[in-house]
Amino acid sequence: MKLLNEMELCFESRSSNESFARSAVAAFIAQLDPTVSELNDVKTAVSEAVTNCVVHAYKNTIGRITIQVRLMEDGQVVLKIRDRGCGIEDVHKAMEPLYTTAPGEERAGLGFAVMQSFTDQVQVRSVVGKGTTVTLKKRLSRRVSNG
Amino acid sequence: MKNKISISNRELTYRLSGEIDHHSAKAARELIDTLIQQQRPILLRLDFSDVGFMDSSGIGLIMGRYRMMTLYGGRVTVVNVPDELKRMMQLSGLGALGVLEEKGEVYETAE
Repeated sequence: MKLLNEMELCFESRSSNESFARSAVAAFIAQLDPTVSELNDVKTAVSEAVTNCVVHAYKNTIGRITIQVRLMEDGQVVLKIRDRGCGIEDVHKAMEPLYTTAPGEERAGLGFAVMQSFTDQVQVRSVVGKGTTVTLKKRLSRRVSNG
Repeated sequence: MKNKISISNRELTYRLSGEIDHHSAKAARELIDTLIQQQRPILLRLDFSDVGFMDSSGIGLIMGRYRMMTLYGGRVTVVNVPDELKRMMQLSGLGALGVLEEKGEVYETAE
């Protein structure tokens, strides 16, 4: 599938950047003319992924988070949220709803469940000690052809 | 976040606003908990009318307050949830705790 546009964003894993990240991604995908609901879905999924980096990957430290967004010709948005943090030992366990390793932070354990519900596909690649890449895919209903 | 607070008949109403994420939930959580400890309400009403965005941190915020209020023998009710946030609320399983109220109910008349 032909790539229409691409951007990459790199920022520090500070919680104040959570809103920056989802807003920046939303601003970029706006050129595909998404519905309000689609935009909200993407913002929510990005917010969950970035929060995971802040709370888990770089727990007690500050590192870099990179978001790559690719807009495809068929209206598909491919998002890669990457960190170089601690990694996830058991990805399947981490993706179970209500499972959290940070109850003190009042995490509901819903991060991955929300990403799965709000996008079409979630893929997680993680190496302990090296970092994690979460790939999210979502197809937008193209209301305008040749955007 | 600019939040509005009202207290009457041991009912504490807290109207959240803006965007609720991991970052902003922290301040709201601290404020609400201080109020709960000071006022010891029997009902905590969380009003979501002015919330434009919420990720699962909002669920954590509600669940944490639910636990605290239960500990003090009180209860929590969530009112005026905008349509965009309903899917998140449904996904959370909060409905099973009986804290979600239908939009449109006039919350002032509760109890």
